[in-house]
Amino acid sequence: MAFAAFGSANAPATSKPTRSGKVVIALLAPGLAYLGAFFLTPLFALIMVSLEVPDPNGGYATYVPGFEFGNYAYVIQEYLPHILRSFGYALAATVLALVISYPLAYFIGVKARSWPLMQKLMLTLVIAPFFISFLLRTLAWKQMFSNESWIVTTLQDLGLLGQTQYVVGTPFMVIFGLTYNFIPFMTLPLYTSLERLDIRYLEAGSDLYASPSKVFRKITLPLSMPGIISGTLLTFIPIAGDYINASGDFLGSSSTSMIGNVIESNYLQINDYPSASALSVLLMGVILVLVSVYVKKSGTEDLL
Amino acid sequence: MRFSLGKFTLPLYAVLAFIYLLIPIVYTFVFSFNNSLKTNLIWRGFTFDKWTNVCQREGVCQAFGNSVFIGIISTIFATGLGTMIAIALVRYRFKFRSSVNLLLFLPMATPEVVLGAGLASQFFNLGVQKGIWTIIIAHIMFCLSFVVVTVKARVASLDPALEEAGRDLYANPTQVFWKITFPLLLPGIASAALLSFALSFDDFIITNFNAGSDMTFPRYVYTAAARGVPAEANVIGCAVFALAILIVLATQINGEVKRRKLAKVH
Amino acid sequence: MAKEFVARGADLELKQIRKEFPGFTAIDNLDLHVPAGEFFALLGPSGCGKTTTLRLVAGLESPTKGQIFIGGKDVTATKPHERPVNTVFQSYALFPHMTVLENVAFGLRQRKVADPLAKAKDALNLVQLSHLADRKPQQLSGGQQQRVALARALVNRPSLLLLDEPLGALDLKLRREMQIELKAIQMEVGLTFLHVTHDQEEAMDMADTVAVMNLGHIEQMGAPETLYDRPKTVFVSKFLGQSNLLIGDVTSTSANSISIDVAGNKISVPKARAEKHNGKIAIGFRPEKATFQTKKPAASADTNVIGAGEIIDIRFTGVSNQYLIEVPELGNITVFAQNMGKSPFIEVGAKVWISWSVENSFGLADLPANIEEA
Repeated sequence: MAFAAFGSANAPATSKPTRSGKVVIALLAPGLAYLGAFFLTPLFALIMVSLEVPDPNGGYATYVPGFEFGNYAYVIQEYLPHILRSFGYALAATVLALVISYPLAYFIGVKARSWPLMQKLMLTLVIAPFFISFLLRTLAWKQMFSNESWIVTTLQDLGLLGQTQYVVGTPFMVIFGLTYNFIPFMTLPLYTSLERLDIRYLEAGSDLYASPSKVFRKITLPLSMPGIISGTLLTFIPIAGDYINASGDFLGSSSTSMIGNVIESNYLQINDYPSASALSVLLMGVILVLVSVYVKKSGTEDLL
Repeated sequence: MRFSLGKFTLPLYAVLAFIYLLIPIVYTFVFSFNNSLKTNLIWRGFTFDKWTNVCQREGVCQAFGNSVFIGIISTIFATGLGTMIAIALVRYRFKFRSSVNLLLFLPMATPEVVLGAGLASQFFNLGVQKGIWTIIIAHIMFCLSFVVVTVKARVASLDPALEEAGRDLYANPTQVFWKITFPLLLPGIASAALLSFALSFDDFIITNFNAGSDMTFPRYVYTAAARGVPAEANVIGCAVFALAILIVLATQINGEVKRRKLAKVH
Repeated sequence: MAKEFVARGADLELKQIRKEFPGFTAIDNLDLHVPAGEFFALLGPSGCGKTTTLRLVAGLESPTKGQIFIGGKDVTATKPHERPVNTVFQSYALFPHMTVLENVAFGLRQRKVADPLAKAKDALNLVQLSHLADRKPQQLSGGQQQRVALARALVNRPSLLLLDEPLGALDLKLRREMQIELKAIQMEVGLTFLHVTHDQEEAMDMADTVAVMNLGHIEQMGAPETLYDRPKTVFVSKFLGQSNLLIGDVTSTSANSISIDVAGNKISVPKARAEKHNGKIAIGFRPEKATFQTKKPAASADTNVIGAGEIIDIRFTGVSNQYLIEVPELGNITVFAQNMGKSPFIEVGAKVWISWSVENSFGLADLPANIEEA
């Protein structure tokens, strides 16, 4: 998928699986067992914990196994605003990331094809933000837009912002940060898809009297759809669960709390493990639904 | 394909986009030279001090050291396990392919809060004390899938006839792997290792859930964010950034040089 | 130098081979014997199973049923790296991360042969590429890569050398040169070569024996001249060169020949050249063995005549003229006339009779697919 662009030369896959035998099991077993132990089992652990009840005999924050489905009702009721907000921000940030990344990916993947070294360098620039701690880069935005910063005071002076209005702590800032941090996740899959686009389709479109915008709408866009879909999945899902950008220490405030913040505070601060787990399971459930819709349409081979 | 505004729109857009992507990096870099005291919010003057005395700030270098250690160990295991899976997926036919693909995809698609909380619950249930090794276990888990994806692309572009030629020329399967497959896969494995290290080094959320009192570099930054991140953190961040960019650029330029050297001869 | 490759070739035997893949059967009931020291060609269209056969002999696939013998030893269960067989792959499969010399020395190193580099150098001398020993394969042209692949296989003195369409990627002129070279090396070195190809000219030119494969089994096997002169099945008659086929029931038999009646013409074929002697039979003749006249020729016991037909197309191919003649009730007949300097003065639309010697007819064992058996 996306990361393949990072890993190999632009050579497309040529070989098909041919061999069979016991070696496969030896190759797959260790890694898959590891995932089974440290990915699947924890997910089940989450489900178990989400159904726990407070220990009647225990002290603060001790729980015993149970079947308290009411935990889910509680969590949905209590945190509905946060849930909706999360998906709202995620949707906004994903759309923004798509709009910003698509022309960039198009430029690198289609227009710059005659200069492969430039393509590689530009891709490096795209993922460069990854190489600096994402906390540091989010903090950089916070400081650039902080209440006393040059940017904010200028906007206030120009009358675009009220004297008591600030940027940091608003939904705008959170979405801005989310978009920024996840642009590479959107650009790489788009690039991979557009890089494989056969220009001759576009030429055929022009030859058949389609204007440039029609060519884009009817040919380029549909053909790059796999990239759009995988980019959207790769962006929307992590954004929905993010809590750094919305946290009060970074770009958000208590009014911009997302599911991730709630889970984090419930787990690490209030120690309300069942609620945190219930929310996690809900979040995971939504994601599984999205992924299964995708898999139903396109199968599993393109996932990796 | 042209936009109606002329053929410079797209390159101009790209330049603007790159500037946008790089602004925080430049900001962080500039402020690593700030002659700051406790917080690094206001510019006080230019100094090299923070770069030359970076370890004087309490905790920064320990956190950095921990992150490097965790990164290296996680990368070794994730790359080993992941490479084996990638080879199996590309070269072999087996029945439960779709399930394996799905199982490998899900950790990449699961939000870090869920991964972190789940593992933390699991460790708690097992009575395992959180520490450096729980962090490493967590990192191996989420880096695995990324390694598989990266190596898989490389394996798929490898001509299977090369391995068959090896067997035809009296090499048993083990020799074929070490003398033919592995050397040719090495660039892909190296990319995967680099990616895995980068993901591990920069990880915060999963680490935060599964660390005891141990500090990694991102944890250090997070806990310092409330009162003010010291410029020394900027120094380390920028140093890592520079190193990573250098490695990637060096690899790409090296690849290009090699390609040009291999001009056809008769 | 050839004396260093003194190991004589071994013979190859395939008994009752069946190879199934998930979803289809590639080879069914295959029996094959290649004598030692022979240049043997396995010829057939794509999908006929010839490459699969080669891979079975190399050990890269295992047969579902049947046995494989090399030099008399049963190697069916032996792994590829334990068989005295080497392959020249269609894509050459030269290791890109090793020099040409190391590529050639690879097999020797695996077998722990003494002095691998010196022997590799000798092999490169044999194919006249020792000046490129330190290059990487990517720096070589297609023809050079092919020769390195050959050297890499030959240096191991295999009892049996397998060649999987090795000349397919070369342009025409280079292919002709390599055909001559390969044949020369095989004769000089005395190994058994099993050459797989879909190019019938190549097979007929280079091989001592040709086996024509179709749909997983061998249709006919023999010396190229025999196969060409006397095809036994419709497939072979059409795959090797071109044939005109006439179908009819046997109406009369004599001491030496049988005859059929098609559209009023009596067509005869010698019994020795007919696969069956009664019932419905397809009798064929090659386009270059026939001539045509504008006047009906006199009847004769040793000439077959059909006509009258109309010339509907004339193609000039440099070497010859190819005439397509439509004969009522018989279909389109092709006749080649060698270009002797001045073409026969004839035009499209002319009415002609076609004749050929009875000795040049052949009777096939089967009938074309769209004809029902009698």
